[in-house]
Amino acid sequence: MSEPVVLVSDLVKRYGEVEAVRGIGFEVEPGETFGFLGPNGAGKSTTIKILCTLADPTSGTARVAGYDVVKNRDTVRRNIGLVFQDTTLDNYLTGEQNLRFHADLYGVPRQQVAPRMRQVLEMVNLWDRRQSVVGTYSGGMKRRLEIARGLLHAPRVLFLDEPTVGLDPQTRTSIWEYINDLKQREDITIFLTTHYMDEAENCDRIAIIDHGKIVAIDTPEKLKASVGTDRVQITTEDDQVAIRELKERFGLDAAIHEGLLTFNVESGEHFVPRLFAELTAQIKSVSVARPSLDDVFMSYTGKTIRDAEATAGDRNRAHIMAMRRGR
Amino acid sequence: MAIEVTDRPVDHVTEAIRVAVPDKGLRQDLRAVSIVWRRELIRFRSDRLRAITSLIQPVLFLFVLGTGLSSLASHGLPPGVDYRTFIYPGVLAMSVLFTAIFSAASIVWDREFGFLREMLVAPVSRSALVIGKCLGGATVATLQGIVILALAGLAHVPYDPVLFLTVIGELLLLSFTLTAFGVMMAARIKQIQAFMALTQMLVMPLFFLSGALYPLRGLPTWLSVVTRFDPLTYIVYPMRHAVFTHLSVSPLATSELSPPVTWAGWAVPVGLSLGMVAVMGAVMLGIAIVEFQKTE
Repeated sequence: MSEPVVLVSDLVKRYGEVEAVRGIGFEVEPGETFGFLGPNGAGKSTTIKILCTLADPTSGTARVAGYDVVKNRDTVRRNIGLVFQDTTLDNYLTGEQNLRFHADLYGVPRQQVAPRMRQVLEMVNLWDRRQSVVGTYSGGMKRRLEIARGLLHAPRVLFLDEPTVGLDPQTRTSIWEYINDLKQREDITIFLTTHYMDEAENCDRIAIIDHGKIVAIDTPEKLKASVGTDRVQITTEDDQVAIRELKERFGLDAAIHEGLLTFNVESGEHFVPRLFAELTAQIKSVSVARPSLDDVFMSYTGKTIRDAEATAGDRNRAHIMAMRRGR
Repeated sequence: MAIEVTDRPVDHVTEAIRVAVPDKGLRQDLRAVSIVWRRELIRFRSDRLRAITSLIQPVLFLFVLGTGLSSLASHGLPPGVDYRTFIYPGVLAMSVLFTAIFSAASIVWDREFGFLREMLVAPVSRSALVIGKCLGGATVATLQGIVILALAGLAHVPYDPVLFLTVIGELLLLSFTLTAFGVMMAARIKQIQAFMALTQMLVMPLFFLSGALYPLRGLPTWLSVVTRFDPLTYIVYPMRHAVFTHLSVSPLATSELSPPVTWAGWAVPVGLSLGMVAVMGAVMLGIAIVEFQKTE
């Protein structure tokens, strides 16, 4: 087993009296796409800042690409690529000039700059627009250019802090196409944060973070499985027969909701073939709904991610008051 | 009209080019200094409006104020010396004043638009970034000064290569010090409005108290004292000294119009004067580097 590319243990970050990160630990394996999922204000951005050497931890350790983020700051920086929530491009320079600036700052060997630049620009489909001033780019193009720039110096880990925030749904989808695509081309580990549930599905593993703590960490599949069952909805020629047979053969309690015969089952996609084989009533339609990560978040934190965001602002205040009471 | 590019990944798969990023070192830092410096030049070149507008003020001073005041001033001037010739060195200094400080203001913009972050997270020393920025600002401002320098003939200043080289050197020194001052301020001042207001508030008094428009001789005591505290005084005098040594005027006229800066009667030599400006620049550069080294 190779060494984890990100290794965090007992990490704490305190801003004054507020504990933004409250003792978290996890590992990310090389080649993984690892997602930090949580509401705004949960401690995602603080953690990513520490991993990117932009903030020092109050206590605990973090190693990225084999180096300590405090002791070997510059070595860590050379080995990571960053795409922030807010754009960090120079709007008055062309796309190419922005990349060249980056290449020089990161010391990409001169003879490799041109071919590598072409490669990353082609990867995000901006090669044709490289001579245009960045100010003329759309939001999605800017984000793509930032991804290309983050990859320019061939980092071992690419950090994406809310890579699709503020983009329209169509552009969000296309950004994800690029991210998944680059996994095919580059030997790279991706570490990202998001508060979009659907995007977290793109990750190999997810850590759910709430109130500065990791409440669950696993693959999206297993996280969803841990919440429970899939919901299967069918329509048949004779629903009453179907209900009786479901009870007798599978021990399932089915009921009709909004005209659909509905029941819950452990693993929906494996159950459906058996349903066809064993049910005598003719099946006309089937739909299987998996538990979403929303359900996962709900089951681990007791609230939906939207609710969590609404109260995130109050949390810090509550924190301070709790500490005054000497918790 | 903008060309729309398809939002689809390209199909062909290419081998990733291996990039070995070298270890930190002097060469790497020099490369960083160079690219930060080049960025200033690229941005200056693409911003012609700024280049033109920042020339308006010195031109107004030289040809409008200068011409307007010539007849009035001619009574106090030795024969054969134009008032415009007299204020020319001061106007040169003015031509770099705003440009130098405003190029430091771009740090404040960079912070606002996030680009500063791109620089600060790079694996290079902060001093490389600050030095690159100051050199960039100095170069751009000096280029502005050179445009005014090209108008020397109109102010009856001879096109003498030695004079030009001396003045360009002095402009470079002044611009560097001013940019360092601006960068130092930009480390602390996070709002562009506050930065601009402070600049406006500082620049005009610095200019008026420097002896750019009048000789530092026979002034009331209070003004005489204040002018000695204006850093700009110590660059305007060497520049005027350079111009007057290349004019064919009497020594008496020179001593009247370009008197050395005196401290309690002691004439400060040109070398010391320039040295002081250089030291000020170096100190402010040092402070700026320290300020930018702080992390969260």
